[in-house]
Amino acid sequence: MSEYIEFDKDHHEHHSKETFITKWIFSQDHKMIAKQYLFTGVIFMGIIGIVMSSLMRMQLAWPEEPNVIFEFLLGKWAPEGVMDADIYLALVTMHGTIMVFFVLTAGLSGTFSNLLIPLQLGARDMATGFLNMIAYWLFFVSTVLMVASIFVEAGPAAAGWTIYPPLSALELAQPGSGLGMTLWLVSMAVFIASSLLGSLNYIVTIINLRTKGMSLTRMPLTIWAFFVTAILGVVSFPVLLSAALLLIMDRSFGTSFFLSDIFIQGEVLHYQGGSPILFEHLFWFLGHPEVYIVILPALGIASEVIATHSRKPIFGYKAMIMSILAIGFLSVVVWGHHMFITGMNPFLGSVFTFTTLLIAIPSAVKAFNYIATLWKGNIQFNPAMLFAIAFVSTFITGGVTGLILGDSALDINVHDTYFVVAHFHLVMGISALYGMLAGIYHWFPKLFQRMMNKNLGYIHFWVTAICAYGVFFPMHFIGMAGLPRRYYTNSNFPLFDDLADTNTIITVFAIIGALVQIVFLYNFIYSIFYGKRAPQNPWNSTTLEWTAAMEHIHGNWRGKIPEVYRWPYDYSKPGYKEDFVPQHIPLKKGEEEY
Amino acid sequence: MITLFITLILIFISIAIWQMIKIFDLSRALKGEKIDDSQIANDKDNRVNARLMLGFLAFIYGITIICIIKYGHFPLITDAASEHGIKNDTLMISTLVLIFIVQTITQFALHYFAYRYKGQKGNKALFYTDNHKLEIIWTTIPAVVLTGFITYGLLTWADVMNISQDDDAMVVELYAQQFNWKARYAGNDNSLGKSNVRLIDIDRANILGIDESDPNASDDIITTELHLPVNKPVLFKMRSQDVLHSAYMPHFRAQMNCVPGMVTQFLLTPNMTTEEMRNTPSMIDKVITINKIRDEKSKELIKKGEEPLDPYDFDYVLLCNKICGKSHYNMQMKIIVESQEDFDKWINQQTVFKNSLIAQN
Repeated sequence: MSEYIEFDKDHHEHHSKETFITKWIFSQDHKMIAKQYLFTGVIFMGIIGIVMSSLMRMQLAWPEEPNVIFEFLLGKWAPEGVMDADIYLALVTMHGTIMVFFVLTAGLSGTFSNLLIPLQLGARDMATGFLNMIAYWLFFVSTVLMVASIFVEAGPAAAGWTIYPPLSALELAQPGSGLGMTLWLVSMAVFIASSLLGSLNYIVTIINLRTKGMSLTRMPLTIWAFFVTAILGVVSFPVLLSAALLLIMDRSFGTSFFLSDIFIQGEVLHYQGGSPILFEHLFWFLGHPEVYIVILPALGIASEVIATHSRKPIFGYKAMIMSILAIGFLSVVVWGHHMFITGMNPFLGSVFTFTTLLIAIPSAVKAFNYIATLWKGNIQFNPAMLFAIAFVSTFITGGVTGLILGDSALDINVHDTYFVVAHFHLVMGISALYGMLAGIYHWFPKLFQRMMNKNLGYIHFWVTAICAYGVFFPMHFIGMAGLPRRYYTNSNFPLFDDLADTNTIITVFAIIGALVQIVFLYNFIYSIFYGKRAPQNPWNSTTLEWTAAMEHIHGNWRGKIPEVYRWPYDYSKPGYKEDFVPQHIPLKKGEEEY
Repeated sequence: MITLFITLILIFISIAIWQMIKIFDLSRALKGEKIDDSQIANDKDNRVNARLMLGFLAFIYGITIICIIKYGHFPLITDAASEHGIKNDTLMISTLVLIFIVQTITQFALHYFAYRYKGQKGNKALFYTDNHKLEIIWTTIPAVVLTGFITYGLLTWADVMNISQDDDAMVVELYAQQFNWKARYAGNDNSLGKSNVRLIDIDRANILGIDESDPNASDDIITTELHLPVNKPVLFKMRSQDVLHSAYMPHFRAQMNCVPGMVTQFLLTPNMTTEEMRNTPSMIDKVITINKIRDEKSKELIKKGEEPLDPYDFDYVLLCNKICGKSHYNMQMKIIVESQEDFDKWINQQTVFKNSLIAQN
């Protein structure tokens, strides 16, 4: 450990050499990189994703009526204010891609892993700041490519975020599968490179750079969650890269990995011997761990926020770690549940049903532990805490319907209906979003040294919470009525005419929910410049990040790095006057750790 | 012009809100009120938000009850039109009951605890780190319940997917293309002629790429409507010529993807004719509701000088349920389930493949 401290001294001497470019643009400092991810991933891409979803909802609620907003935002794709059917599918695709990969993977992990891993572990920076910088800039390039693809002549990719070939492979099948899809694939390839570099950095930092005393079982649950997330990323993202490369080959070099026997627009194509099902396997081998890459950081943040603001240790710390590990492991052996009715062997379907439903056990343990943490707490309803509680609520509501979708026999009938849309939006979309917002409200003082306005936070929370249920709860029922997803309009099936009013109500909730994010955005930007100055440790938290210098200096702590003597959840411990005991306070004589 | 106008309005509204908040803060400061501007929740915030938590619990329960009343007949959970569908529905209902119980209890505990243990200055939380007994209980109970549901689900799945048991099933091909469906009946020999998209010859009207030299092919029948005899097992063979499609028949609790380059299959036995389904009480209600909605819409259309909508009568339908391109939302085929006699009458009127080809020199 002594060598490690000397390394830090050495590190400190470089401090004064910073220029504008190395400080603000090509920064290697993890806190700056966290902010860069926050602005590019969460704020910028988040706005695009939300606007797209509002457009889709408006189309579904009022399909035939010309709409000024469409004309304004979609231009030539909405002649006289009526949206084009191809562009509806493009919106579906880009909304999914942007939200899943850019906002909830890079935005969420990028912001909080970068900010918290060194600060909560007591490290001066990431294991390699240079790779960290490269990872962010690769992410930036992929963002630029993805956004650029929206402006392509024939429109962006429109084959759904799962980009199943042959639809995504053949320009004859869909205009979006031309240049738009090429950009999509290249953007994702760059994105994956960024994600791998980032994940490797997180893993190495967590294993090597913990401060003295920070054993694995003294790490905050956030770090455990980021750790498992990073491992999942390293295991599964390369498989998507291979799928993307093979798809590029099929598209541009005439190979037949995923294509066979195709007759389209009057001509027989040369492809022979490939299988679209192979692509589905490769895609979901990433795709399923991916939803856990999205939700695990949110679970970690919720654990931290719930414990801190209920002034009570997280219930069953070790069970929480075990369940994160169990969820992480199971998440790589369940991908087939997306493919029950693709023509995959039914026996394989049985295996995946079995593994999928097993995930319910560690998830249930987590939910029960959160609820038990609230019991007999002294709950401080800061906006972060509200979002964390709502996270548990939507995680349960969205999670329980997994019992239906994970069950192959039941999946036959609700597969690809709005039931699925409701399920995954609640359990990974809204839940991860809540985790992210809880994190932003909680660590805003750490990021910007100022406090966010709590009253605006309350307005933001309550309207968002009501709208989220208002949008996604009724969707389960229109899904159970058989309404397929990704339909440009439902008016071609009189069978679904009685669902139209529900669709309108959902849209109204969606638009209110989208508009109230402006309150958040206003609060966020205003508070960066004019918010009240934050105290050193505003939430009376036990973890190390609140002992670091308020001002963002290179190296985080002005003096020596604090040592750690206890677990991170000593809230309301008997024998202390204050209701929290930070990790760097040594144990009293005869005091048990926990 | 209008866009500029909307943008300006939005900007003005945000500036107005900003200024109002400022004035509000200033006026409070002027009155000399002591303001807690720490931006950290105080006892008042805790009280208000704790009550709102209870309110939110009521909201969740309320929205559940409204949805259950509105969709109380659960169109896809009762009145399955196929034999395996009834078993599926039983599994679905029992799973929904479980979900309902779990959801009600856990949401109650979560929100009630949030309300009950709201923070107050001077209070201290209970230092309670774990309880192995409790944790074992709430790991074991889900595990046991899930074992039951996994077993039940897998048995149902094995039953639905078991195709070998019915050798006497009628073979029908469902053929998907952007953006319509075709059905191919195997004819008297009950075996489909060989086919491949490379054999498609539009000029000869061989649209499904059927091998003309295969003797099994000559009596095949291609149709654009799917007729099925009631109570007779049907083995569907799915094929696609271009991209992925999914043959979704919600009333029969049946769905299977159509994959270019391979043949997928699904076996079902329809057990309710279209006529019988139309006469079930829930369907009668549904059709009345839908027709009311369509009447209203028609009135509006007539005002605009457009054609009114046709009144609706229920028919089974086959939908495409895998994103397949521009007109994905309108890729459908009517399904008619009828008695064996009606079916025979209908099928005998159709042209067999051999005779449907256009002769060429």
